[in-house]
Amino acid sequence: MNTKVTIAGVTFQNPIMTASGTFGSGMEYDEFVDLNQLGAVITKGVANVPWVGNPTPRVAETYGGMLNAIGLQNPGMEVFIQRDLEFLKQYDTKVIVNVCGKTVEEYLEVVERLSDEAVDMLEINVSCPNVKEGAIAFGQKADCLYDITSQIKKISKKPIIMKLSPNVTDITEMAKAAEAAGSDALSLINTLTGMKIDIHKRAFALGNKTGGLSGPAIKPIAVCMVYQVANAVKIPIIGMGGIANGEDAVEFLLAGATAVCVGAMNFVNPYATIETKKGLEEYMVRYGIEDVNELIGAVK
Amino acid sequence: MKKKEQALILEQTMLAKDIYSIWFQTDMASEVVPGQFICVYPNNDSTLLPRPISVCEVDAANQKLRIVYRIAGAGTREFAAYNTGDYLWILGPLGNGFPLEEASGKRAMLIGGGIGIPPMVETAKQLTGETIVVAGYRDELFLDRELSANGSFYAATDSGAHGTKGTVMDAIANNHLQADIIFACGPMPMLVAIKEYAAKHQIKAYLSLEERMACGVGACLGCVCKTKEVDHHSHVHNARICTEGPVFEATEVEI
Repeated sequence: MNTKVTIAGVTFQNPIMTASGTFGSGMEYDEFVDLNQLGAVITKGVANVPWVGNPTPRVAETYGGMLNAIGLQNPGMEVFIQRDLEFLKQYDTKVIVNVCGKTVEEYLEVVERLSDEAVDMLEINVSCPNVKEGAIAFGQKADCLYDITSQIKKISKKPIIMKLSPNVTDITEMAKAAEAAGSDALSLINTLTGMKIDIHKRAFALGNKTGGLSGPAIKPIAVCMVYQVANAVKIPIIGMGGIANGEDAVEFLLAGATAVCVGAMNFVNPYATIETKKGLEEYMVRYGIEDVNELIGAVK
Repeated sequence: MKKKEQALILEQTMLAKDIYSIWFQTDMASEVVPGQFICVYPNNDSTLLPRPISVCEVDAANQKLRIVYRIAGAGTREFAAYNTGDYLWILGPLGNGFPLEEASGKRAMLIGGGIGIPPMVETAKQLTGETIVVAGYRDELFLDRELSANGSFYAATDSGAHGTKGTVMDAIANNHLQADIIFACGPMPMLVAIKEYAAKHQIKAYLSLEERMACGVGACLGCVCKTKEVDHHSHVHNARICTEGPVFEATEVEI
């Protein structure tokens, strides 16, 4: 049975990855799962300097999902390189670093700094709904997305994945802009903007007022958008949004994703990534699928 | 080592209005220290996130743990419906407990407010020196028997039904209580008052903080508190309550 998939020349031992921000750099989940078993670890977003993030409360539960407004708190790229990348070197898994910034220059600084580090790909976060200064604007206007993608592509020595926001009128327009600008792959979906109000306190549940909705509640939206984008572009897609098990992963592959990420469900079940990988293999055995690539985009 | 598992429920009792106690079987009992917490997961898939609940009592010899919790929403309401023989999904042991060794040879004052009272039971049990326990309730007492058995017990109630009418700070003043070190857990206004009290009297105080959390293991960065110094992990003025905490030395945190 073959579970290997290839994206932009990088071969992953299986298509199961971790969604940025839900798995740290793997350190916190190391005692629950064998990181060697994962296709890739996609790290928490990293900026050129440390970011303090948003005020608490930063998370709130919603029906079948959760809202978060962490605000991309991170220790900055130098600590990340020394600590997190060093840690990940111990494992036989691919490393995809999620890059964030508030201006084009900040993104470029991180991309350049990571050029010669032990990183397989870069995922560019232009779709975080919780950071006001720019970030998401790059991901919500096709011309802005085209511009930042081509600037990053010009200097990056690593293949890049533009991470798309679902908070747009037509995600295929964004996907096409990123593809036209040279993005090697796409990942989707980031969280959906949402809000929760505590009726007892008559206040917003999140310190940031709004947050990003994730978890099983958003899965049908994510599957639909992966399908739409897969039919609009030729570059590979990493699909995510509410994946909890192997069956969910298969659904995303059938919709057109080449790989998938387990995100919010890591918080609910720290073994979710490994269980998803096993579930995918069980599905392949059950239906006599020899090569996982047969599943990609198989539902037209 | 942290793990997620299903634990057999041995006993569930109601202690007061909306306050419940569960004893359950788990080998985590040999590892847990007072002030640590576990995450408890509802079975209902519409309520995904764990409920962080502090450990109330440990029976290591019999591999049993006790939690005492308040019904605050759908998840805890589900827990309250569990019976003996049912299973509880738990993740633990999590966080760092109270540094009991700091109390060695000192008079320790344990202060609990509302649903911050339960962790004081095992803390009081394990402290060997002079122990004063001050507990603040709305109206009805709970865990007062266990606390009285392990220290000098003083209650404060909002209603005045038991002990001092008012807050734990009122109970401390009314009873002229004094100590060399404080361990506290409870609502934020209480912790702020204790931090001020400890600074004024130059007493070391350890506070157990609470915040909304998602993963419980330090990955999501949801449950942070502001810190005085740059935190060694985050490299900003934020520490993870689930991992660096939940117990912090009062002067380390900006509350």
